[in-house]
Amino acid sequence: MDLSHISLTDAAELLRSRSLSAVELTRHFLNRIETTDPTLNAFITVDAAGALAAAEAADLRLAQGQATPLTGIPLAIKDLFCTQGLRTTCASKMLQHFVPPYESTVTRRLKAAGAVVLGKTNMDEFAMGSSNETSFFGPVRNPWDHDRTPGGSSGGSAAATAAGLCLAAIGTDTGGSIRQPAALTGTTGLKPTYGRVSRYGMIAFASSLDQAGPMTRSVADAATLLQAMAGHDPLDSTSIDAPVPDYQSGLTTSMRGMRIGIPAEYFADGLADSVRRGVEQAMETFRSLGAQCLSLSLPSTAYAIPTYYIIAPAEASSNLARYDGIRFGHRCADPQDLQEMYARSRSEGFGAEVKRRIMLGTYVLSSGYYDAYYRKAQKVRRLIADDFQSAFTQVDLLLTPTTPETAFRIGEKNSDPVQMYLSDIFTINVNLAGLPGLSLPCGFDENNLPVGVQLIGRPLQEATLLAAGHAFQQVTDWHLRRPS
Amino acid sequence: MSQDMSSFAGTDRYEIVVGLEVHAQMRTQSKIFCGCPTRFGAAANTQICPVCAAFPGVLPVLNREVVNMAIKTGLAIHGQVRLLSEFSRKNYFYPDLPAGYQISQYELPIVEHGHLLITPTADLPPKRIGITRIHIEVDAGKSMHEGIQGASWVDLNRTGTPLMEIVSEPDLRSALEAGEYLKKLRAIVRYLGVCDGNMEEGSFRCDANVSVRLRGESRLGTRCELKNLNSIRNVMRAIDYEAVRQIDLIESGERVIQESRLWNADLNSSRSMRGKEDAHDYRYFPEPDLPPLRISAARIESVAASMPELPDAKATRLQTEYQLSEYDAGVLTASQALADYFEAVARYTAELGHPNPKMAANWVIGELGGRLNKDNLEIQQSPISVQQLGKLVAMIQQGVISGKIAKEIFETLFTDGGDPQHIVEQKGLQQVTDSAAIEEAVEQVLATYPEDVAQYRAGKGKVLGFLVGQIMKATQGKANPALVNQLLRAKLDKRL
Amino acid sequence: MSIDAQTVKHVATLARLQASPTEVEAYAEQLSRILTLMETLNSLPTEGVMPMSHAVDIPIPERDDVVCHTDQREALLACAADTDQGHFRVPKIIE
Ligand SMILES: [Zn+2]
Repeated sequence: MDLSHISLTDAAELLRSRSLSAVELTRHFLNRIETTDPTLNAFITVDAAGALAAAEAADLRLAQGQATPLTGIPLAIKDLFCTQGLRTTCASKMLQHFVPPYESTVTRRLKAAGAVVLGKTNMDEFAMGSSNETSFFGPVRNPWDHDRTPGGSSGGSAAATAAGLCLAAIGTDTGGSIRQPAALTGTTGLKPTYGRVSRYGMIAFASSLDQAGPMTRSVADAATLLQAMAGHDPLDSTSIDAPVPDYQSGLTTSMRGMRIGIPAEYFADGLADSVRRGVEQAMETFRSLGAQCLSLSLPSTAYAIPTYYIIAPAEASSNLARYDGIRFGHRCADPQDLQEMYARSRSEGFGAEVKRRIMLGTYVLSSGYYDAYYRKAQKVRRLIADDFQSAFTQVDLLLTPTTPETAFRIGEKNSDPVQMYLSDIFTINVNLAGLPGLSLPCGFDENNLPVGVQLIGRPLQEATLLAAGHAFQQVTDWHLRRPS
Repeated sequence: MSQDMSSFAGTDRYEIVVGLEVHAQMRTQSKIFCGCPTRFGAAANTQICPVCAAFPGVLPVLNREVVNMAIKTGLAIHGQVRLLSEFSRKNYFYPDLPAGYQISQYELPIVEHGHLLITPTADLPPKRIGITRIHIEVDAGKSMHEGIQGASWVDLNRTGTPLMEIVSEPDLRSALEAGEYLKKLRAIVRYLGVCDGNMEEGSFRCDANVSVRLRGESRLGTRCELKNLNSIRNVMRAIDYEAVRQIDLIESGERVIQESRLWNADLNSSRSMRGKEDAHDYRYFPEPDLPPLRISAARIESVAASMPELPDAKATRLQTEYQLSEYDAGVLTASQALADYFEAVARYTAELGHPNPKMAANWVIGELGGRLNKDNLEIQQSPISVQQLGKLVAMIQQGVISGKIAKEIFETLFTDGGDPQHIVEQKGLQQVTDSAAIEEAVEQVLATYPEDVAQYRAGKGKVLGFLVGQIMKATQGKANPALVNQLLRAKLDKRL
Repeated sequence: MSIDAQTVKHVATLARLQASPTEVEAYAEQLSRILTLMETLNSLPTEGVMPMSHAVDIPIPERDDVVCHTDQREALLACAADTDQGHFRVPKIIE
């Protein structure tokens, strides 16, 4: 059996039946990382010792029959979740040596369930990017084509999952950072409803948009991970206090009678033919499962990019003010005075894209521009959210392409920030509206690069998304394809 | 700049306009957004956590008591508690502001449209001072510079302590009014238990916006913000200084520049902080980590129900219940402890069967107040207990001792303590109520001062006081003054 | 919308970032282009629309006023580049 690509359910069964130990499974992935990751660069930090210790503890628990579905399951964690005692860099020189003395709620819950953290995955610096090229630790390579990006910002988590360097991974999504890399690497990525998963200990990019979610090789695996991640957290004031349904048992919900909306704006010019084909094929599949597809309109769609690129950098400019060289993070050598310490520490510690967004965010919030940019964007954000709300009076789900095109070449877009920003066009609306979104592999282009389809649901209707995705994956095998 | 009297000569033509911004540290157990204690005086950085020290990825969670305290204060100043308010970030870099932004309230503060009544002078009716808003925000940490070679130190213990910023309208017209406003506001926050009101320790801080204009002018002049005012006295001095400075500028044809000025209490002057602000642009925006704050009418009601009697209400009650003057009631209610002390003394004299609340008030305000003031003590630290003073007052009321003797006993009580009754007995200070003994003294005095007696009889009633004084002197103050009066008159009139 | 060098420098000062002359030029060019993209929003009428600052509409949670604390000074100071006798140390702050 190829352990590298087995499902969480199968792995848990092997562990429970004691035909495989957690230590063996962990060793398997540590070895894979050792041989494969020098090429992919999916990990920033591999914690072999910590992983093996956790695996041993998991074996003990398995032996005592106290296992959860995640006990002994090796995971990769995006390097912006604070892990106590384990370096957390946000892929920035700024936090190159930062070892948090506290734990994020997401990793705490996963660890409490018995999961094994293999290491921390590469990403765009402070999650700002769509190609993983802004990482201080170098770009991640797409397992399907090493000259291409795996997308971003959770590119390391996506690549590690696609390449079988872990059983599954955790990412975060501010404007598509789970779904876009999932689409570009042929994996399954779920961005839950804003507030469904705690943001405590997750290093903030844009606080009103950030949300953590699972990145897996199947919807069923995503359901298992979400089960452990989701739920109210008293440490996060924006966390929703609502019961968490049993996602696993909800997977078998029938698609019959399900109404799926197809927003016309997502199929306009600029959508690659290969992507269009894949997505239309997915539509057909859903029809064949008994769902009904209805065309509809989300008229504010075109305004999402400018709205997002005002709100996200504005929040980021403020969130990143704490990196001042005083309490943690990079401090420049021998500053002559306080102001020099600030300016040099920050300028040395942050990369170009992060600085660009801080500049942008500072500008749009600054005196005289707030109303024209920030307040205007907040109003348009409301219109975008209202679009979705009215769509969901007619349909249960929306189906769109996840990205306008398949994986692009490393270096192809990083000279032009505007071009790069436009690659988020189909994902950021979902963050602005706070909705759950799921990206599923739905085909391949002429270069054998994966295509992703996105399902968007009502607030807190992750179960519906997962059921639809699972139904889809029961009758398709795109998610089972592996890069050579 | 000189501040000689000549500067004051022109001030009559000008009107001073003052608005005050008060930062009151709230007396919660824990900080506003984390569980760290707010206790004062701990070793540096021992009361911090990843949240208040703004480490990466942490998030704020609001302390309920902070909201309740702000509601209480809002109600106490007759303000409107907004049913919807929001937190905002105020962005600026400073080493003691770890997040690089202060969580505050900007567009939608928790309280708006309040006011206070102040009585700057006893002979004028109370004046209404508008309070624009109260908003909640976090305090910063502390940086230390002195005695540290080539560096500064940052202690974040205070970071995250809840503050209320209470912003007045520019309704104050003098340093005196500003002082009265601050005393009133401080009394209120102390009554409510939401702030200890300690200006020296910085738990009750005040910035003053001061401008001047010619009387009759309706537009406001250019204002300056005065900072570092760590006592009510300094607030008043700084306002007077600033007014004169601005008038001098205007009179000499210069312009007042809008700026912040740092008050130096030692030099009794202020200096410009210009250049230190480097074009502040706080880039306020709604705090994304905290949902909007919605406060239900029911909550406001229940907070209102839990409020103690406030200074104004208490003063009114003291006037009716104890027949005190408005002035006395105002003085006594300036602090809850003082009012409580007075009420306890008044009650105790009643328990002893010789009630005289008016006299009790005089003793608490006059003798005790003056003595405490001299020793720089608060009423809570009074060496004379309610029982001691109560007994003393009761003994005067009963006629056991005279007021003069009582003052002597008071001094003994203050310095050495003891039971007033024992002191009186030990020192033989009981009032002489034996008319035979007093009569003897009267005779003696009348014999010594025949001219005054003649004057009295010629219709100069004024000399009576002199004669009484001489008799009291002759009896070492122990004679019952009423009896002395009675006997003296009887004798003078009889011999007519 | 085009941003001039002076604005870029002012924004960099606010953000406590250094900007060399070439960076100023690059920022001016890039930010201008990004802002041009943003100006498409102006064509959308938004009068009377309530600004949306939160993705979901939930009440703010309030915790009890209870001290919950252990002294973490050493662990937190250990993350800092420069400390002295229990303090974070910074270049002299000139008042
Ligand atoms: Zn704290």
